[in-house]
Amino acid sequence: MYPISIVAEAMLNGLLTGAVYALIALGLTLVYGVLHIINFAHGAFLTVAMFAVWAAYVFLGLDPYLAIVPLTILFFAFGYVVQRFVIGPASHGDDGNILLVTLGLSIIIENVLLALFQSDTRSISTDVSFQVLEIGGLLISKARLYGFLGAVVVTALLWLLLVRTDTGKAIRAVAKEKLGAQLIGIDVKHVFAVTFGLGTATLAIAACLLMPTFYVNPRVGGAFVLVAFTIVVLGGMGSITGALAGGLVIGVVESLCSLYLGDSLGQIGIFIIFILVLLLRPTGLFGARA
Amino acid sequence: MTVFRNSISRRTALKGGAAVVASLSAPSVLRAAEPAPVKIGILQPVTGALAQDGEYGRAGAEMAIKDINDAGGIKALDGAKIEMVFGDARSNPEAGVQEVERMQSEGVAAIVGGFASPICLASSQAAARYDLPYIVDVGVSDQIISRGLTNTFRFAPGFSICTKIAIDNLVRINEAAGKPAKTIALVHEDGLFGSGLAKLMQEELPQYGFEIMESISVPTPSRDLSNVTLRLRSLNPDLVIPSTYYGETVLLARTMQQQRVKPKAVYAVLNGAASNRRFVSSFPEAAEGIMDCNHWHDPSNPGNDALMKRVEEAGKQWNYNTPLNYSCVGLLVDAIERAGSAKREDIIPSIASSTYAEHLMPYGPTKFAENGQNMGASPVSTQVQDGTIMVVYPEKFANAEPHFPVNG
Repeated sequence: MYPISIVAEAMLNGLLTGAVYALIALGLTLVYGVLHIINFAHGAFLTVAMFAVWAAYVFLGLDPYLAIVPLTILFFAFGYVVQRFVIGPASHGDDGNILLVTLGLSIIIENVLLALFQSDTRSISTDVSFQVLEIGGLLISKARLYGFLGAVVVTALLWLLLVRTDTGKAIRAVAKEKLGAQLIGIDVKHVFAVTFGLGTATLAIAACLLMPTFYVNPRVGGAFVLVAFTIVVLGGMGSITGALAGGLVIGVVESLCSLYLGDSLGQIGIFIIFILVLLLRPTGLFGARA
Repeated sequence: MTVFRNSISRRTALKGGAAVVASLSAPSVLRAAEPAPVKIGILQPVTGALAQDGEYGRAGAEMAIKDINDAGGIKALDGAKIEMVFGDARSNPEAGVQEVERMQSEGVAAIVGGFASPICLASSQAAARYDLPYIVDVGVSDQIISRGLTNTFRFAPGFSICTKIAIDNLVRINEAAGKPAKTIALVHEDGLFGSGLAKLMQEELPQYGFEIMESISVPTPSRDLSNVTLRLRSLNPDLVIPSTYYGETVLLARTMQQQRVKPKAVYAVLNGAASNRRFVSSFPEAAEGIMDCNHWHDPSNPGNDALMKRVEEAGKQWNYNTPLNYSCVGLLVDAIERAGSAKREDIIPSIASSTYAEHLMPYGPTKFAENGQNMGASPVSTQVQDGTIMVVYPEKFANAEPHFPVNG
């Protein structure tokens, strides 16, 4: 039907896009793995991060790739504060409450953004936005390639942090056995807040990698977070490597579906996978916990 | 007529006398000597997704009102000034209706504007309840003029006129160039506007010897159009016809540029971007050579250059909405002048019988059909040439030759 070069390029496009999806799913799966809650405000946080990248570029002239450093720090602090002083206290230790608090937060954030920026769609155009690399007849968008590399590096760093550092050990301890961790002197509230901060920090990076080719409006996060939920389920809830693998699979499936079925139906493959995974392998590809 | 003039001057004299008496105690009341201003409602979406378009339209209406007032107001009403009652339709039909209700309570003589078809449909219907004359500026949906509303007029061409002329112009431009384009790929948004247009083209274009290779639908908003571009690359059509909204057209043009997909021409129909100066200035390389069949001002009319200069000097932006709204206000005031009255029941028949020719569009004198459509209205084919949007067809209004085919 299509020549092999077109199919290969569609798959490559899918891999590049999928890596950024994976990065967004990473924060979601991390928070689920440790706090055992689904963060409904994840999409809204992503939108805030994308507006921050836009504002940094428009008002301060800061290149999105350079904005990664300050925004990551800023969003880590933002996530830490939100968990420590809003979600934590408001939930009174009940997981059901946390769910509702994050849902409420997402509604508030979306509407504050709507009031501030209206529903206009905004985009930025940097030098990188148009550049392509030509490799053996394939044209690869530089911005997407940077997005892919960034996503892989961040996943690796996060994995190292969890496996090799004391903070990582504490996070894993709390994830496995909250009471036990408390007994040996780990500050559980602090660990929760750090985990949440890491989750929002990955969103800031994802936003920086997305903005050179994408646009932002107050509802944009929703478009990504639905995909991110699917990736988390596919990869196994709480699994870092699962999120990366899941993201890449979803990216390729979406790309091939839209090549063969048209862009309007491109999403259908994602949700077929979602249903199949839930039916056949509810723990996901890399999910150990069941 | 004499009786009429006499009564006006007598009334003016009385008012003048009253003003002199009043000014003894309160000098500021001197203004009362002027005839009561005529309020005109200007409805545009200036916040929300359509904010940019609303601003283009508002600039045109404001300039028209200023010009008429500076030239002495409405002469048939003793130089009555026009007072603008502005309403923000906030990019949705409900808000449009709310603003119509507010304008009604403020006593406007007529309403001009609306921009988007859904806003125009709802607002003109709300205005119809009060027999309030409503002049649609842009809204292209054919439904607007097929509801039997006597208050609603459309100065600009609608969907069916636009598509018919778009196809005619394409066929003529292609024939004049020796028929270089034979195969076509349609890229359309999957809503009512894009799908309807694609269906129509699939029916019409093969009759003129074109082959429709594929009709690709894209959602609004789209995350990514790389795959559409890949399909275009593999199909390699002579002509790409996009009928998508601004965001997707920009995304498509940029991705096509990046992926080096170069069809012989890109010929858009009623497209949100290819006849938008913002697109051309933001992405000059991607926009170069793109053709569009859309509303556009008459470049041979010097009034447009003057207005464009003033709009830009005021720090505002110009698009086809600007001269269109400027002309709609002119049309309304012409109707009031000829009726010699700002009463709704006098304005409506006066617009219906209007032969207004002093506007800025390539339409000729207005001639309204019974359904309220200006039958003289017509779109033109434009092309981005060296970073400027030029009219390339029909020859009568063209200020440039079409570059066709653009590539190859």
